[in-house]
Amino acid sequence: MADGIYRTYRILERRPEGAVGATLTMDGALGAEPGQFVMVWLPGIEERPLAVMDDDPLRLTVRVVGPFTRALAACAPGDRLWVRGPFGRGFPVQGERLLLAGGGSGVASLTLLAKRALEAGAAVRVALGARSRDQLMLPWRLAELGCELLLATDDGSLGVAGTVMDALEPTLAAGWPDFVGACGPEAMLTALAQRLAGSEVPLYLSLERAMKCGFGVCGNCTCGDRLVCHDGPVFPVDEVLCLLEQPRG
Amino acid sequence: MAVDLSVELLGLRLRNPLVLASGIWGSAAATLLRAARAGAAAVTSKSCSLEPRAGHPNPTVLHWGHGLINAVGLSNPGAAAMRDELARAHAELAETGAVLIASVFGDTPSAFAEATRIVAQARPEIIELNISCPNVESEFGRPFALDPLAAARVTEAVRGVYVGPLLVKLSPNAPELLAVARAVVAAGADGLTAVNTLGPGMLIDLEARRPILSNRVGGLSGPALRPVAVRCVYELAGAVDVPIVGTGGVACGHDALEMIMAGATAVGLGSGLYQEGEAVFARILGEMATWMEREGVSSLDEIRGCAHG
Repeated sequence: MADGIYRTYRILERRPEGAVGATLTMDGALGAEPGQFVMVWLPGIEERPLAVMDDDPLRLTVRVVGPFTRALAACAPGDRLWVRGPFGRGFPVQGERLLLAGGGSGVASLTLLAKRALEAGAAVRVALGARSRDQLMLPWRLAELGCELLLATDDGSLGVAGTVMDALEPTLAAGWPDFVGACGPEAMLTALAQRLAGSEVPLYLSLERAMKCGFGVCGNCTCGDRLVCHDGPVFPVDEVLCLLEQPRG
Repeated sequence: MAVDLSVELLGLRLRNPLVLASGIWGSAAATLLRAARAGAAAVTSKSCSLEPRAGHPNPTVLHWGHGLINAVGLSNPGAAAMRDELARAHAELAETGAVLIASVFGDTPSAFAEATRIVAQARPEIIELNISCPNVESEFGRPFALDPLAAARVTEAVRGVYVGPLLVKLSPNAPELLAVARAVVAAGADGLTAVNTLGPGMLIDLEARRPILSNRVGGLSGPALRPVAVRCVYELAGAVDVPIVGTGGVACGHDALEMIMAGATAVGLGSGLYQEGEAVFARILGEMATWMEREGVSSLDEIRGCAHG
């Protein structure tokens, strides 16, 4: 990033994500590593971090959880977005058999990794979980890329009735993956870390925190002594054992 | 030649002059410890008030090309929660030998005193009074640091409840900076931190056609502030006989030595952590030592205030 001030994009396309959000496609690219994030500003409303779902063109996927995300998800083609970044450390692109686990809107942090891994010739399975089928995000995009989908819904309306952990267990039990990446609720990340404890398979977790600066100065987004915006948001599991020790702060 | 980078600040021996400034990296015990392990000889927690504060909505912190502009708005968990976190920090910092400085602010002299009384229970080695934040004027009115009498009243109120080492953080925006400094020293300050952010300033986004910061204005730090901070430290060192923590835009060994030559006892680092993170501490100390060896300077006492001639 040159000056830290915003680059503006126009929205070319808006696609609803089930009943819970939207994917917005911009009119330009933004070079980013898989798992990096941008700060998105809606003048007069707020500025928040969002994962780079795709980088060329830039695409952002938003789940409605409050006033900012409601306003962002309601944007229409032709509307402007203000973007600074990308920021942070993303996922390494490694492995031949990747298992990715996404809960809720966390899947947006994994989609660009799936794309890069597939481009590099790897096989990618993605476990997606949500409360019900109309809350699953981005299954269309992962299918379009050529990922194998493992779906789970709490109510059993699509895929296995249960959690992401239930959906990915057979793949783990078979010893299939040589790389695991995840983003979602911290209970899910913690469960995955515990399931893979003692395993040699590398596990990388993408954390979500409220952020202010986005570049490692203000200290608003700590996990233990890690600054999620600058040291992360993607961490090898050994760096974020704080997840297992303390509640999300 | 071996060089000695240690300094004495308010009766405390610091292994080197570098101090993590308030507002950087928040106030979690874990991040303060991380800065200390990386080389900071003292670490300052983010300013806390009696009651919790959410601060301003984003955008709050931006890099604009020649430094940072921020209007975080003094977000903090309140004095009681801060006391507990600082107690943890104090215990964990023992292994590093680093000094803990607890920053406090309030909207009245008595609020300053009460927050200080609570935070002091964590036994930080030093309390720093932030009377100079430029980003809450719409809420609190003019910063105390702009007026000698108001600044002295805050210092006096805190001195009524706290007898330990006390720094008061001054503003580069004070029209009568030296009068403010003399007033707070007369009221009981043991030392000065100079300076807080400059301005406030404003950035306007052309496409949005409005100010970017939600608070509209924010304080400048980093390179744009440095020459102003050096001048303030220089003038203060000539006017009062107390130690000064020279803070404002320091990002390399040159900048730190410049502060010492202006008369600073120790050197604060804030925006200097931008991009580089805590590695900045070791780099600055290395650069200072290299310069001192080359110039035949064995301790910082030899050059402190030398720019006054």
